[in-house]
Amino acid sequence: MATILAVDDSASMRQMVAFTLKGAGHDVVEATDGVDALNKAKGKRFDLVISDVNMPNMDGITLIRELRSLPAFKFTPILMLTTESTADKKQEGKQAGATGWIVKPFNPDQLLATIRKVLG
Amino acid sequence: MSIDLSQFLETFYEESFEGLETMEQELLNLESGNHDPETINSIFRAAHSIKGGSGTFGLDSVAEYTHVLETLLDEMRDGRRAVTPEIIAPLLESVDVLRDMLTALRAGEEPDPAPVAASRQKLEAVLGAAGGGDAASAATEATPGAPAAGWQIRFRPHPHLLQTGNDPVRMFRELAELGDLEVEVDTDALPALANLAPEDCYLGWTLTLRGDVAREAVDEVFDWVEGDCDLTITPLDSAPPETPSAPAETAAATPSPAAKADAPAASAPAKKPTRPAEASSIRVAIDKIDELINMMGELVITQSMLSQLGEAEQFGPEHIERLRDGLAQLERNTRELQENVMRIRMLPISFAFQRFPRLVHDLGAKLGKQVELQLSGEQTELDKTVMEKIGDPLVHLVRNSLDHGIETPEQRRAAGKPETGIIHLNAFHEGGNIVIEIRDDGAGLNRDRILAKAIENGLVGPDEHLSDEQIHDLIFAPGFSTAEVVSDVSGRGVGMDVVRKNIRALGGTVEVHSEPGQGSTFTIRLPLTLAILDGQSVRVGKEIYIVPLIAIIESLQVDPEAVKSVTGAAQVYCLRDEYIPIVHLAEVFGVQAEARRLEDGLLVVVEGEGSKIALFVDDLLGQQQVVIKSLETNFRKVDGISGATILGDGTVALILDITGLIGLSRTRATGSDATRAA
Repeated sequence: MATILAVDDSASMRQMVAFTLKGAGHDVVEATDGVDALNKAKGKRFDLVISDVNMPNMDGITLIRELRSLPAFKFTPILMLTTESTADKKQEGKQAGATGWIVKPFNPDQLLATIRKVLG
Repeated sequence: MSIDLSQFLETFYEESFEGLETMEQELLNLESGNHDPETINSIFRAAHSIKGGSGTFGLDSVAEYTHVLETLLDEMRDGRRAVTPEIIAPLLESVDVLRDMLTALRAGEEPDPAPVAASRQKLEAVLGAAGGGDAASAATEATPGAPAAGWQIRFRPHPHLLQTGNDPVRMFRELAELGDLEVEVDTDALPALANLAPEDCYLGWTLTLRGDVAREAVDEVFDWVEGDCDLTITPLDSAPPETPSAPAETAAATPSPAAKADAPAASAPAKKPTRPAEASSIRVAIDKIDELINMMGELVITQSMLSQLGEAEQFGPEHIERLRDGLAQLERNTRELQENVMRIRMLPISFAFQRFPRLVHDLGAKLGKQVELQLSGEQTELDKTVMEKIGDPLVHLVRNSLDHGIETPEQRRAAGKPETGIIHLNAFHEGGNIVIEIRDDGAGLNRDRILAKAIENGLVGPDEHLSDEQIHDLIFAPGFSTAEVVSDVSGRGVGMDVVRKNIRALGGTVEVHSEPGQGSTFTIRLPLTLAILDGQSVRVGKEIYIVPLIAIIESLQVDPEAVKSVTGAAQVYCLRDEYIPIVHLAEVFGVQAEARRLEDGLLVVVEGEGSKIALFVDDLLGQQQVVIKSLETNFRKVDGISGATILGDGTVALILDITGLIGLSRTRATGSDATRAA
């Protein structure tokens, strides 16, 4: 199945996302913030990136911008995890190159339904 | 697929408690005038994570409460709201509220709603919008779609659409799941091959979607590409009444926390968390584990070296040499392995220290005192169990310093000191111990009042002469109520005797040193771990006892001239102008000693909590680390014994409780009062 990079500074969210995706048969690489994600992304290809927005060291918006500048990530779907209360981040994220978003709180089924939209 | 979300709860709780600690610290930073954007941002981030996680894992009450908090923090972060003490106080309170909520939920209980509601009200009062401030924003998208027989969609992507990771083909597939889809491509914009940029999108589409499809469902498909395309969606014709689908999917897109609480059915799997097993866990830095693996590797090498040796047909002198080498290596491996296994349980003492900024802040405000808390040595590591148990005594001592030590600003000014008092918490390693100091620059202990109180309580005879040290030590005596002596702070149930008792239970000691007008220093000494002790083996008759190395000052051969007898049988030893009571271990424990006369044996001078005694033993054996086994759980409590251990040859040796023995020597000397005779 797909290889997915899951980025979140919250361990519980990361575990939940990774567990759900693995359960659906995907390979998951986990990263704890933007810097970590960028290091793990360099020189590799992913079918999908799912990233939290508000993270220490490098936030999700910057990460998306950085990823989009890498040739291997030019067309890769990148979804961000946002909340309703930070709705303005959606536009900011889109301008940085995000494909779409998943609104927190979400449950595993919603997560899987959403990524089906972007996985071939 | 249904996933049990409760498996992530423990992680969520752990990270949330950490987040709350960060919030607390950073809020205190804010208060002390550090308005760095990153400070506010990290507070926001912590609240934001708790909100996101609690919503996801079904802790709706937490999510709902945190939402208000987050809204306020968001305004502060954006600079829409100034950082003032009036804001920080309710925010600090919200940290406590959240901590209580999470603690209750973690234990499988419902949080007490009263403090939550009260704190929420305060936050909303600050926000200036009492009651569901988010209702308006949530409502906008929720206008029900007009019923239609279907939709005609004109979709013309902007050239860069593909570079957002969106793919029209996948979007069409999604539309096709909603109803009967007809796709017509518009190639007008397609350039000649030579001019075609392969990464751009030149195609446009007209889509006809037939079926009973809600407008929102269509909108959702194009939600992500809004602004990246020209899009018109028109109903095919004004068609039959009422779409019955209150769309389940779109509910996910607009969850206002308030709405969620009213209709919890929306998030099906995120139900009541199952009660977590009473599992305590510890976070271990990865380098500690790597070190262990490394060490394990060395141990395996040593093992194979020794086993090769064991397989040798004939065992010659050259083998003995290698055997010795191997054993020496094994010893080193074992020791290192032991040290590193112990290190796993070690945490920096900052875990115990981090509650104090808040405590000092709150208590200082309550008492009307200005206090600055200084911390040092926070990285000093300490066994997790010891850490957990030292928390309360530390809190007591810090409160005590604030309460009785530090003076009011007026008093300080009058004494020619800066108005702001200083409490310094320091930790460091010394020998096999950790030392924690609580130092204040307050008034110091009031010698005369302590003495008067002690005489009044019958702790000290009216004409006894005590050194300053001994008088200061009286504050730890049972039945010595400090509250009336130095100041009055109500609601403090325990005295310093409990502090000392608790610290002793950990195998530690606590002492106080005080200078009038300069302040006091409380010094706590604790073993690094409760599991292992550095000991000196001593022999009395056929028995072997272990004396904790930390307690030993010196060992000496007895000079008969220096032994003085005081009233009756009690003996003291005169060592450098100091009279030290002699304790015959053989008598205390009722065993047969070898040495009858003092000059045939040895004295081991030990110290505990400021007092010294000389233990009379037959012989000194080796020094070694021993693993402590509880005597109490396996047998019963024995005075003067703190535990037992098993020696290399399999025999059991008892570990001496030095402070207990000092106490015993005092009771034995009652009447003669040998302790202070000289």
